[in-house]
Amino acid sequence: MSAIGPSATGKAIAVETIGMTMRFGTFTALDDVSMKVSAGSFHALLGENGAGKSTLVKCMMGFNHPTEGALLVNNREVTVADPNDAAEHGLGMVYQHFTLVPSLTGAENLVISRRNVPRVIDWARERKALAAFMTTMPFDLPLDVPVRDLAAGEKQKLEIVKQLYLDRRFLVLDEPTSVLTPTEAHEVLGLVRQMTLAGDLTVLMISHKFHEVTAFADAFTVLRKGRFTGSGKVGEHDARSMAAMMIGDQPVATLASRTPLVADAPTVLAVRGLEASDRTGLKTIAIDHVEVHAGEIVGIAGISGNGQKEFTEVLGGQRARRAGDIRVKGKPYGATRRETQELAVRFIPEEPLRNACAPRMTVAENIAFRTFDLDAGGRRISWISVAAMKARAAELVAQFKVKAASLASPLQSLSGGNVQRAVLARELSGEVDLLIVANPCFGLDFSAVAEIRARLMTARNGGTAVLLISEDLDELLELSDRILVMSDGRIVHETPIATASVQTIGEYMAGHH
Amino acid sequence: MADIASRPLATDRPAPSATARLAVLRETLRETLARRAEAVVIPVAALLVGLALFSLFIAALDKSPLQFFELMWRGGFGSWFSFQNALARAAPLLLAALCVALPARLGLVVIGGEGAIVLGALAAAAIAPPLRGVPPLLVLPAMALAGMVVGGLWIGAVGALRHWRAVNETISSLLMTYIAIALMNHLVEGPLRDPASLNKPSTLPLDAAYRIGPLPGLDVHWGLVVGTVVCLAAWVLIDKTRWGFAARIVGGNVRAAQLQGLPVARLTIGFCALAGACAGLAGMIEVAAVQGSANASLAAGYGYAGILVAFLARHNPLAIVPVAILLGGVEASGGLIQRRMDLPNATVLVLQGVLFVATLFSETFYGRFKAFNPDLWKRRD
Repeated sequence: MSAIGPSATGKAIAVETIGMTMRFGTFTALDDVSMKVSAGSFHALLGENGAGKSTLVKCMMGFNHPTEGALLVNNREVTVADPNDAAEHGLGMVYQHFTLVPSLTGAENLVISRRNVPRVIDWARERKALAAFMTTMPFDLPLDVPVRDLAAGEKQKLEIVKQLYLDRRFLVLDEPTSVLTPTEAHEVLGLVRQMTLAGDLTVLMISHKFHEVTAFADAFTVLRKGRFTGSGKVGEHDARSMAAMMIGDQPVATLASRTPLVADAPTVLAVRGLEASDRTGLKTIAIDHVEVHAGEIVGIAGISGNGQKEFTEVLGGQRARRAGDIRVKGKPYGATRRETQELAVRFIPEEPLRNACAPRMTVAENIAFRTFDLDAGGRRISWISVAAMKARAAELVAQFKVKAASLASPLQSLSGGNVQRAVLARELSGEVDLLIVANPCFGLDFSAVAEIRARLMTARNGGTAVLLISEDLDELLELSDRILVMSDGRIVHETPIATASVQTIGEYMAGHH
Repeated sequence: MADIASRPLATDRPAPSATARLAVLRETLRETLARRAEAVVIPVAALLVGLALFSLFIAALDKSPLQFFELMWRGGFGSWFSFQNALARAAPLLLAALCVALPARLGLVVIGGEGAIVLGALAAAAIAPPLRGVPPLLVLPAMALAGMVVGGLWIGAVGALRHWRAVNETISSLLMTYIAIALMNHLVEGPLRDPASLNKPSTLPLDAAYRIGPLPGLDVHWGLVVGTVVCLAAWVLIDKTRWGFAARIVGGNVRAAQLQGLPVARLTIGFCALAGACAGLAGMIEVAAVQGSANASLAAGYGYAGILVAFLARHNPLAIVPVAILLGGVEASGGLIQRRMDLPNATVLVLQGVLFVATLFSETFYGRFKAFNPDLWKRRD
């Protein structure tokens, strides 16, 4: 492509899959799926986690090579050997997580993403070309600011602009709004919608949010367990019939039913007047008052980067606090090992491999992190027992269905879901009075997600106090008894689940308060 | 409240039959052997590759690599006399290597053992003269303690800087070595100088009673035994105690260790101090067994050679013993090679450097070979 951005008129392309099938060994992830996305349409791809949406998209983008089936671009059959091929045909993808370089500006990110960047970049000329290109875009973006200073919505817009800049006219958006506030989501999707209406762009959006589909998409395709189960125009089907295609005749897998809250259950976690620096060291997070009682799940909602992470780190002893009081069961809590053991406090942090495990130590050793210094009776020991460690790990691995080549494998050889299961096995075994959980289902497959949520609910029903910090509002609404909203380092809203309103929570998340 | 893990969701497995158990046992044995073999085969291969590269270097100097290795064998291992020489040189390497291996378990690369050796030696030499007349059984432990405390404080400071001020421990320990050597030179040439030491400024010489003698029937001093025992103790500490396990968690992932409530500060500074104490003890032994007083000869490069030993031994205290003897032999043969082949003295240093690079490079091969990695042969897709 040329250094000067493409003109953006009537370039939308049509894409169609015919009989797409993908087998991994004996497992069929995608079974004979045909889908037609006409030029200039905003097409939604629906399905539960694990339904085959990602596999289908990866086959289109050249990440996977389908076992059978064909891909048509503008009614011509094409072979896509790798993502570069897909780019050649104008197919692009915007991932759920950002892929921009945070320290570079928007303009720099755009220019370096080109395949033919010259050795010496003439920035004056590039800037002029970019300015001309941006006038053709409906998005208004500051291109001279480092990407890390952009809001999530702006980053998402920049990701989309990047694809258009690279002249990709068929875009797959993979759950594009999962990191956005409801308002930001509305704005971004609205702008994308305008471009499809103008015939500049074709969009295939992976989503499980019906309200987005009905508001923005014009057509949809539904997958279930790797098979095509329906498609149609959005106006002709209501959410209920789409849900039926997604879920089928089976009842939805439900959580262990929520037992009623116990009146005046004892307070397990009490945080008062907590202050700590955030990760830049420039801002302060200040939590005036948070309490979690036995047998309830308290959810903390908030957009990434509003201090939830720092709050979790303070609770976990990973960040120093400047002021404030943390008590567990009435006793001061400073996250020392003795306190975590005596007060039965456990953690399931986000990205467990990075935050909760030693990747090169073995599975058995990682599972022993809570108990290596205790004997069977809970007394402190100086001499560790490798045999006892292995026996206990074998038991927990079987119980929590962790799939590992062996207990002596390094933990990093396990898949993401199995690392999380190993962490659950470690953190949920034995007495647990307080459980602090952050984004437990990030990047995990359907079965792992269902299992983790069920285990959290089981723990709650058993009397554990659970503090759940999550960026997934649906997860919070599903699990919590009470929801707190965090914005700009503070708790700005609290609501029992019975009276929770997505709109109100969203407004507080976005800082409108 | 009940044990969460035993609530619903758990699945019970039927008890396996005897043959199935035997098959599992055989499989486990095979895996264990494979993993153990990796830890031996890769370092040995790295050593051989290093020697091969070094042969090219020798050949480029128009000398015979074969003659070089033959002389190395004769000078280091070939006779009882030369082997004792190798053992004598291995003694300080054992403790110097521990100064690298112990912090390495916490994920720290400390290369400042030389500084702790020098200051430990100085402390030991300085404490002995005022105690003149006290029985050696009291003075020698006091000297050892002085060396260990000073060495421990020195490297402990590196750990403290690392933990509280995020100062890179590799850089700080290296730079602190220069400070240590300068400090020793200052004290040896100034306040602690023996007025009788004219050409080579030294501290007051130790009384003969306070010297460490040779092992019975050998020409090797007791430092070899002390070093070996300390290596064993370090292995027990790391592999068998909760402190060692905790240190390995810190080394594996500090954030995970914090989440487990482990005392990261105490472990970091404690293990660094312990490492420094090992180096300080090496310095004390060097003074009491070899030099007889503290002087500039103490900065003989044992601290740096110890880095090589620790890396070749993959920071395993048990493996340090044979590796130190091997390197001791290489150093012992230096003189002979220099005389016979007319090679510069630094040739042995070149060899050590090449071996070091080969060893560092070999680190990238762990887990890559199917034969050694059960996770690879079990992967179905």
